[in-house]
Amino acid sequence: MAYDYDKWIRPGKLPHIWCPGCGHGIVMKGLIRAFDTLQLKKEETAIVSGIGCASRLPGYIDCCTLHTTHGRAAAFATGLKMARPEMKVILCGGDGDGTAIGGNHFIHACRRNIDMTYIIMNNYIYGMTGGQFSPATPTGHKASTTPYGNPDPNFDIAKLAIGAGATFVARGTAFHAAQLDKLIVEAIQHKGFSVVEILDDCPTTYGRRNKFKSVIEMMNRLKEISVPVKAAEKMTPEQLQGKVLTGVLYKEEKPEYCEQYAKVIERAQVGK
Amino acid sequence: MEKKLPNIEIIEKYCKGCHICVEFCPTKVLEMKGFVVSVKNLEACTKCMQCELRCPDFAIRVHAE
Repeated sequence: MAYDYDKWIRPGKLPHIWCPGCGHGIVMKGLIRAFDTLQLKKEETAIVSGIGCASRLPGYIDCCTLHTTHGRAAAFATGLKMARPEMKVILCGGDGDGTAIGGNHFIHACRRNIDMTYIIMNNYIYGMTGGQFSPATPTGHKASTTPYGNPDPNFDIAKLAIGAGATFVARGTAFHAAQLDKLIVEAIQHKGFSVVEILDDCPTTYGRRNKFKSVIEMMNRLKEISVPVKAAEKMTPEQLQGKVLTGVLYKEEKPEYCEQYAKVIERAQVGK
Repeated sequence: MEKKLPNIEIIEKYCKGCHICVEFCPTKVLEMKGFVVSVKNLEACTKCMQCELRCPDFAIRVHAE
């Protein structure tokens, strides 16, 4: 099926600023395919982002966009959704923006179960600011601020989202590009807070410090470490050592925040 | 019946030469010419669209019709 990428790209904005081989472009394509599949209206779709490489994404997409302060995408998006509940609100950002600087906003947005979709592009590093380690940098891996290896255990962002109360959690990778739009479509259609973690590659600040010779090697690593959820059911814990699960990891129905809040307003206005 | 070949459009000013399309094309249709990708063997194309899906720079479009 041919997708209409041009319809969703802001005229004159390409080529984008991301480095050669950066997976963010693949994710942006997946997002555009999802928009195209759902036939969303530009004036009823909003993308909100914080700061970082991944957060540059709204600048290229031709719909309502909001580029906010570092880590605060979820806070701004909550305000937007509360004021305009009919809009489809999509948040995007990187692992550092979402889970370190915006960690609190992220977990509380999950807890509230407000109807939004958060796309977290996890490239294991703070790319834009110079390759500092983020909460998603795996233990032992190198970053500009951990030249002898990162001593910290890393976050499993999908598990964090499930624990915080998100009602739809999925994981994809930039290598499995054909799967991305399907996951994003399902996440947007889900009523409640949905998180799609997308494992990504950063050849410039992460790859070269961690002995990846090329973008291809980083892509092959994503292929090797990912296991679809259904295949993982038949595997032993030993076989799953060092692997990450991909696909829809968690889904449940819970009351949505905007609807609950509308009921509060109704109750408060009784007798007035 | 003659096989209908797709038209692989390459937007050279968008290509950053990352090699992803060349490497992951299952039938090795593409090659690098300097820093920019070009079509080497169009007859082998199976229209799997993997190059278009994986190109991070919007530089490849496969027109299958």
